[in-house]
Amino acid sequence: MTTAPLLKVEHLTMRFGGLTAVNDLSFEARKGDITALIGPNGAGKTTVFNCITGFYKPTEGMITLTQDNGDSYLLERMPDFRISWKAKVARTFQNIRLFGGMTVLENLLIAQHNPLMIASGFTFLGVLGIGGYKAREQQAIDKAAFWLEKINLLDRADDPAADLPYGDQRRLEIARAMCTDPVLLCLDEPAAGLNPRESHDLNTLLLSIRKEMGTALLLIEHDMSVVMEISDHVVVLDYGTKIADGTPAQVKADPKVIAAYLGVDDEEVEKVEAEVGLQ
Amino acid sequence: MATPVSAPAARQANMMAALKEAAFAALITFGLCIPIIAWGTRQNLDNVLVLDPRWDTVAWAVAIVFVGRFLMALRQQKKGEGRTIVRILPHGTFARLQGHSRLFSLVGLGFLITFPIIAITLAGWGGALKWIDNFGVQILIYVMLGWGLNIVVGLAGLLDLGYVAFYAVGAYSYALLAKNFGLSFWILLPMAGILAAFWGMLLGFPVLRLRGDYLAIVTLAFGEIIRLVLVNWVDFSGGYAGISGIPRPTFFGIPFTAADNGFAAVFGLEFSPLYRTIFLYYVILCLALLTAFVTLRLRRLPVGRAWEALREDEIACRSLGINTTNTKLTAFSLGAMFGGFAGSFFAARQGFISPESFVFMESAVILAIVVLGGMGSLWGCAIAATAMIGGTELLRELEWLKVIFGADFDPTKYRMLIFGFAMVVIMIWKPRGLISTREPTAFIKEKKAISADLVQEGHG
Amino acid sequence: MEVFLQQLINGLTLGSIYGLIAIGYTMVFGIIGMVNFAHGDVFMLSAFIALIFFMLVTAVIGTGAGMIMLALIVVLFLAMFFTSLWNWTIERVAYRPLRGSFRLAPLISAIGMSIFLTNFVQVVQGPRNKSVPPMLNSSITLIDSATYSVSISYKQIVIIVTTAVLLGVFWYIVQKTPLGRAQRACEQDRKMAGLLGIDVDRTISITFVMGAALAAVAGVMYLVLYGVVNFADGFTPGVKAFTAAVLGGIGSLPGAVIGGLLIGLIEVMWSAYFTIDYKDVAAFCILAVVLVFMPSGILGRPEVEKV
Repeated sequence: MTTAPLLKVEHLTMRFGGLTAVNDLSFEARKGDITALIGPNGAGKTTVFNCITGFYKPTEGMITLTQDNGDSYLLERMPDFRISWKAKVARTFQNIRLFGGMTVLENLLIAQHNPLMIASGFTFLGVLGIGGYKAREQQAIDKAAFWLEKINLLDRADDPAADLPYGDQRRLEIARAMCTDPVLLCLDEPAAGLNPRESHDLNTLLLSIRKEMGTALLLIEHDMSVVMEISDHVVVLDYGTKIADGTPAQVKADPKVIAAYLGVDDEEVEKVEAEVGLQ
Repeated sequence: MATPVSAPAARQANMMAALKEAAFAALITFGLCIPIIAWGTRQNLDNVLVLDPRWDTVAWAVAIVFVGRFLMALRQQKKGEGRTIVRILPHGTFARLQGHSRLFSLVGLGFLITFPIIAITLAGWGGALKWIDNFGVQILIYVMLGWGLNIVVGLAGLLDLGYVAFYAVGAYSYALLAKNFGLSFWILLPMAGILAAFWGMLLGFPVLRLRGDYLAIVTLAFGEIIRLVLVNWVDFSGGYAGISGIPRPTFFGIPFTAADNGFAAVFGLEFSPLYRTIFLYYVILCLALLTAFVTLRLRRLPVGRAWEALREDEIACRSLGINTTNTKLTAFSLGAMFGGFAGSFFAARQGFISPESFVFMESAVILAIVVLGGMGSLWGCAIAATAMIGGTELLRELEWLKVIFGADFDPTKYRMLIFGFAMVVIMIWKPRGLISTREPTAFIKEKKAISADLVQEGHG
Repeated sequence: MEVFLQQLINGLTLGSIYGLIAIGYTMVFGIIGMVNFAHGDVFMLSAFIALIFFMLVTAVIGTGAGMIMLALIVVLFLAMFFTSLWNWTIERVAYRPLRGSFRLAPLISAIGMSIFLTNFVQVVQGPRNKSVPPMLNSSITLIDSATYSVSISYKQIVIIVTTAVLLGVFWYIVQKTPLGRAQRACEQDRKMAGLLGIDVDRTISITFVMGAALAAVAGVMYLVLYGVVNFADGFTPGVKAFTAAVLGGIGSLPGAVIGGLLIGLIEVMWSAYFTIDYKDVAAFCILAVVLVFMPSGILGRPEVEKV
């Protein structure tokens, strides 16, 4: 493997007042890989995400994203919307953030805001009806339809997003993020609240995104079955510090990881033990 | 359905409960009335304040509340549990009307275009002036302002309590430039709009990142600052006295005067002040329709969609690569621009402007029109403007009530009182406004109206 | 120096009034997160109520030396009671049905209520200024120099002392009683407080009642200070008091008082040293600047954006 890492996080530290949420964290996510970020509750996983996607400005550290064509971006210096638009990093949210009062289709069109904005001549030509906006919009709708087909929601394209059941909303949020053509997709607990069947469908979806789109995935997950099944590379956080980094098999066997989970939460301990095969 | 309690007994119990509620409400009303209504203050001839007891008014107030509350309680009981809202129109009336929105738009447009002719036919040449001016032009100004503010509040979800500032910028731009440089209405109209948009950008830039209610208060502060500067900077704006003798618009160079080169003379008509009014009516109609056209167009463009997305969830917008500051700024300055257009029209129509016309109350009225109409709905705004402005204008027509209430009864005094009360009542009755569905901007198979109850309002 | 000292006294007097109104804004914002737009008008209404009661009471007991003080005390309590009744009703009628409705609904309802109250008072009491005979006119000279003497009038003493005492009582209620605890619990998390058996509706009602009672104190003090009141007097003091609440950190009670005093001082100093014409412009500018650059105010908690 000689490819440069797609995402390189170096010495990332994030403090809120006196609280250090993330402490000197370094890791890499490679192109085409599925990287999982795991750790007990409050380990600082979502904070890492917020730093990568520009919602928080890290106190210290460097986050570099290198695209295929060699362009690289320092994410910690970019405002959030530019990270999505230029560096092509998309994300989903732990508590789903869809535009509930807009249709499923509209949600996917908003994700294509920037290319459509250019096509509409930054609104000026669009208002006058000049230029090829109509055709470009049709393309955008086709792209949305493609993704709806993929997540099995084409039938519900014209329904308000808030009307969808929970599992569909999760998948719609992923499809919406994919409509921004990301090179890196950050998923914040995509399997939370899904039943085993939905969880399985999600795995299929994520694997197909990687395979067909070549998009790298970075995911925070509590559901160990998802993590162990699909990820190529796992980073474990505890109290904001990295305690393990490696393949699922390596991480599974790491005593520090087990201790971190053991020290925290009975429920999670059982889960990890079950995964690891201690019981 | 058999109930354990016999019907008459239940009815009696209901009756008692309703009476009890009514008595409680009446008691509270009595308490509220005690100082403020029971004694009126009046300066007597020696300029000393004296009190006039008015217990009869208190008795009336208490009685009205008692009866009103009693009837409402009975009505609620009939509706059964869970349904406590008074329903006047059957469920989904507006939604159904909206289903035929194209037809309604055409009918409405036809009516608006022929309105002066209808008014002249019905009220004659003399009587039509009042109808076209007080109702037609006046309502259309507010419709336009409502539609302009609708872009900011209704679509982008930015609560702007200082919209009247841009109206003032437009009006003063026209007044000052027309008076001092003699520029014509048709040059100044776009200029006033651009100036207002510029001010919108200037004021909007620092404040648009604030959360909803803070933004509301800051915009209120800006509106007041602009008004107070106009009041205090006498050299510039004439202070309280305002600016008078503002040039009136001409029919592409032909003035509406009785002179030989006047409109009537040129077209070989008999002079009548009505021509100017009709001309103004069509000008404001065109301006309002322009606002509507641009709004409808923008909703289908990415920027309009981004506004609506922004209203729902700003954070999600940012995660999708939308530059929220720019998007908000476009909405804010575009709304300001239409306010500026309306302002310059207002100045041209009145021929006189003063800071009095740009008080906070005006902003509140325009905001009320947008909110009561239903956030984002052009139809709703138009209906609300007609009802609120037309309704308050109609109060002037209630002079005959003097026969009942005595000679010093002045119905226009109650104008704003009723207005404020209506705002509260409509908020409680229909918090989403009269038209509470939104039409999707794109569709694959079919267009379904979306109930506004699904629209969450995020911070921002 | 003497001028400054005199303005300091005047500023603190005016600031006490703003502070009292500001508490009403800050408490309501704290507990239901709403800018109670009608609060300034409730203050104006209370001044009218006080005016009427003052005339009724002095008609009975006369305006003798000690009688004015007695009358003021009676009027203070009556005004507090009836203003509270008004605010209680307003909350019941205009705000409670909208709880849990969409974000802007209560604000719009409050704006409607503000318009209603202003015009209601105009209709029932007439549009003209109403003045009471001057009272408590004598003053104590503190510094007597040849050019400028600094004095504090009895009414200023009354205003500052009353404000201080009532703030103390109020502080005790909020900090030490179960009622205050319930209030603070509702501020933190209304749903959870409800689950734990706190009557949330009642707590919110009481918040409005307390806010109104303090606004009524401000109303009485306003009447004592200026001796004149008009139906339109609610708006500007209302906005200034809101500025005070924001400046002090909205949601924070001591912040509201500090903010009120600051706004009072700034207004008085501005009028004394710059131009009186632009004193309201200055207040509105402060409001804008504070909201834009330090939205959490002096004592408020900074808000961390939740993603």
